[in-house]
Amino acid sequence: MTTTQERSVPKPVFTDAEAGAREFPDSNARKFNYFVSAKRKQSHYEDVTVEVQPDPRHYLAQGWLYGFSDGKGGYPLEWTVLKAWGTDRPEPVRGPGSGGQGYEWPAHGWHEFRDPNEEWELTLYRYNANVVRQLNQNIEAAKRAKAFEQWSSNWVQFVAQHIGAWMHVNHGLGLYLFANANRRAPTNMHNNAISVNSMHKIRSAQDLALYNLTLSEEIDGFDGTAHVEAWNSDPVWQGVREVAEQLTGIDDWCEAIFAANIVFEPLIGELFRSNLVQQAAPGNGDFVTPTLIGAEEYDYAERDLRYTKPMFQLLIDDREFAEHNRRHLEQWLAAWVPRCLNAARTLQPLWSLPDAKPPRFEDALDRSKNRFSGILSDMDLRVPKELDQ
Amino acid sequence: MSRQSVAKAHQKIQELSWEPAYHEPVSHYGTDYTFRKAKKKDPLKQVLRSYFPMQEEKDHRVYGAEDGAIRGNMFRQVQERWLEWQKLFLSIIPLPEISAARAMPLLFRTVPNPELHNGQAIQMIDEVRHSTIQQNLKRLYMQNYIDPAGFNSSLRNFQNDYCGTIGRQFAEGFITGDAITAASIYLTIVAETAFTNTLFVAMPAEAAANGDYLLPTVFHSVQSDESRHISNGYATLLMALSDESNHQLLARDLRYAWWNNHRVVDAAIGTFIEYGTKDRRKDRESYAEMWRRWIYDDYYRSYLVPLEKYGLEIPHDLIEESWNQIWHKGYVHEVAQFFATGWLANYWRIDPMTDEDFEWFEHKYPGWYNKYGKWWENYNRLSVPNGHNPIALEDVDYVYPHRCWTCMVPCLVREDMVVDKVDGQWRTYCHEACRWTDAEAFRPTYQGRSTPNMGQLIGSREWETLYHGWNWADIVSDMGFVRDDGKTLVAQPHLDLDPKKMWTLDHLRRCPPLQSPNVVLNEMTDEERAAFQADYNRQGPAGRPAGSVS
Ligand SMILES: [Fe+2]
Ligand SMILES: [Fe+2]
Repeated sequence: MTTTQERSVPKPVFTDAEAGAREFPDSNARKFNYFVSAKRKQSHYEDVTVEVQPDPRHYLAQGWLYGFSDGKGGYPLEWTVLKAWGTDRPEPVRGPGSGGQGYEWPAHGWHEFRDPNEEWELTLYRYNANVVRQLNQNIEAAKRAKAFEQWSSNWVQFVAQHIGAWMHVNHGLGLYLFANANRRAPTNMHNNAISVNSMHKIRSAQDLALYNLTLSEEIDGFDGTAHVEAWNSDPVWQGVREVAEQLTGIDDWCEAIFAANIVFEPLIGELFRSNLVQQAAPGNGDFVTPTLIGAEEYDYAERDLRYTKPMFQLLIDDREFAEHNRRHLEQWLAAWVPRCLNAARTLQPLWSLPDAKPPRFEDALDRSKNRFSGILSDMDLRVPKELDQ
Repeated sequence: MSRQSVAKAHQKIQELSWEPAYHEPVSHYGTDYTFRKAKKKDPLKQVLRSYFPMQEEKDHRVYGAEDGAIRGNMFRQVQERWLEWQKLFLSIIPLPEISAARAMPLLFRTVPNPELHNGQAIQMIDEVRHSTIQQNLKRLYMQNYIDPAGFNSSLRNFQNDYCGTIGRQFAEGFITGDAITAASIYLTIVAETAFTNTLFVAMPAEAAANGDYLLPTVFHSVQSDESRHISNGYATLLMALSDESNHQLLARDLRYAWWNNHRVVDAAIGTFIEYGTKDRRKDRESYAEMWRRWIYDDYYRSYLVPLEKYGLEIPHDLIEESWNQIWHKGYVHEVAQFFATGWLANYWRIDPMTDEDFEWFEHKYPGWYNKYGKWWENYNRLSVPNGHNPIALEDVDYVYPHRCWTCMVPCLVREDMVVDKVDGQWRTYCHEACRWTDAEAFRPTYQGRSTPNMGQLIGSREWETLYHGWNWADIVSDMGFVRDDGKTLVAQPHLDLDPKKMWTLDHLRRCPPLQSPNVVLNEMTDEERAAFQADYNRQGPAGRPAGSVS
């Protein structure tokens, strides 16, 4: 007779440890109870986001434990000059017998920000996976349809050099402005939204790079390195490059996000994407490039701008520091509008390159300026006189 | 994508990096390391075109499993002993995860290798994933497990409780101080490469043995991102090693990071695995056995030691001492006993140990019963309120310990406790290595070398100081660890949910006030302090008073 050795595995046990099995204090308290939701009902997004990054002004009783060499720990509020109500109250002082109470939650206005996109892992992967899947399909379909064969050599060159050059803007801002800023803001809601914004930029940079690779394989004579040359030395791009680099040099995280998403994007990003590429491509027989550029446009207009506006709106309407914040935002507008307008103008020669011309540059710029003014008026900010230059 | 096109795609995205021509990016963080002579090393490459769909696919599996678990009534088979400890673990872990995301930019300007930056940005978003997917798991437990108390107040609890403070180092160590010390050595080289195995592999296995297969689903999914992060860290480490002037700093940081991770992670995860389980099969691995395999063999012998030939000075003494702490000095048992002693200041329920548990401990750790058995019998005897106080305030041959100023775990291996006056204050440390961390490593000069970028230990590091002289009922109310009837405690030293057997604020009201060990220490004369230390070093094991027979 053979004996079989019994495998050692844990045995399931009936424990009846499911919700509702008994009544006792807290048995029905099945909501996170440490924050106040923005709407009547706590959202799934809030549940996975709010309070993950602590704050010594409300619950963090023992304070931050590790600091930089200057002794500052955590997420100092003074990393931006803007202020939300409550910012100026001192952190609670701890000592023998002090107890652990802070100010009543939220203690200051920064915690009131909620990302209207409600981004967390489930949403961000779903969204970006959909985008890359769709773009892959579009490009595959175009390959099968031999769609690139309709392009004139002039347009081929335009795509290689100038649409290619745009990837560098996205990559630089994605890493050194947006990803960098995800360490700087005082709440998890801000920093998560900013990190998702960063991934949009880095993804769209890679979308363009890989599209460029496909075109090198599909089109005879397509120069897959022309974009580097254009970015490095074509005078048309040097204005944009300079202002993009200057944006990554901003110390104040609010200024960085504001200058990038409220000033640079409408005046240069949308100018290039919506008012140049999207207008020129169809006339030149290109229906593929607009799908990439359109995805990026959607990232900005429907996601990134969508969180940026309420983020600053709270500060503009702040019950304690509205005037203070408005003053700084207007200073930033006065500084960044001329820089971005100058850079926009250096792009002008691009409008005369394609065989089938897009609408005039001045009209395109007017549209971008109108869009920019519209964003400012939505936020109840004054349009700076520098816009008329 | 075919393998060839993947390789081409990787090649192509290298064209995205460019050096600034007009303005330098802002430099927010400093380091005392230099990378002047460093040869650039490539990390694992990741192209977002394949990354996003791959992560989405992983999500499908995780969320599918979560739906299935609820439909299949998983909680009818989950051990409460286990899930109670998840109230602590899942209150801690989302912050280290998100802090790892926030840490990535510390490396942008300090490590001059644009090819690495791309990998770091992807790690950033991975960590956003880990943090929120874990919050979501906790939410699911809160909604579906019998006792939501402690889950429902999770992040407030974590932020004002002393266990949270211990765990918080695992987050704050990533994001402050010298950029390389924090975001590379502490986070990637030690926390991720060495200790995520116990966190994300050993612990989920134990969860499954206790009827919970969601923790493994979520944490294995998290762990599957880890190899890319380890590769980021390895590339940075090799770059740092290639510049000899970094060797002294690497030696310092590896000592600090190793010891702190051992103190903090082994305390928490060791306790969950050994004292949070109902699985007492004799052939299941103990924490010590897992540690030996994953941390000693796989990390120390296979990963660290081969780096010695490149000039990496490895803290062999501290690694051997960590093993000594776990195997000979009962580190995990001492910590679990302390957590159970301090149950009344916590926000989860701690199940007493039974004869079956005793037998398993004795089998795995010969001599365990003689040291800890009696105390756990007392814990059991005092678990339901019956005119007595919580065990911390009863005479059970246990001396309430002092805290370690550095790692904030109490000084539980009593013979190792050291006292030093640092920054004008008398402080206790659990071990010389923790004293060194505070008094020597985290300073603007190190062994005569200027280290202006090194961080500082800050904060009110002894929890008891805040409540010096307070009544226990007021302490627990102040922290908010009270259930919705306004008097029953969230924490309980048993699992019986019969309200008549649960401790309330009324039971605590009649206890003597809390004394802060550190406040008391600083009131001592030199002679008193010397006598205190001599006595303390003679205490134990299992917290017994000096001179008692063990
Ligand atoms: Fe992680
Ligand atoms: Fe310590």
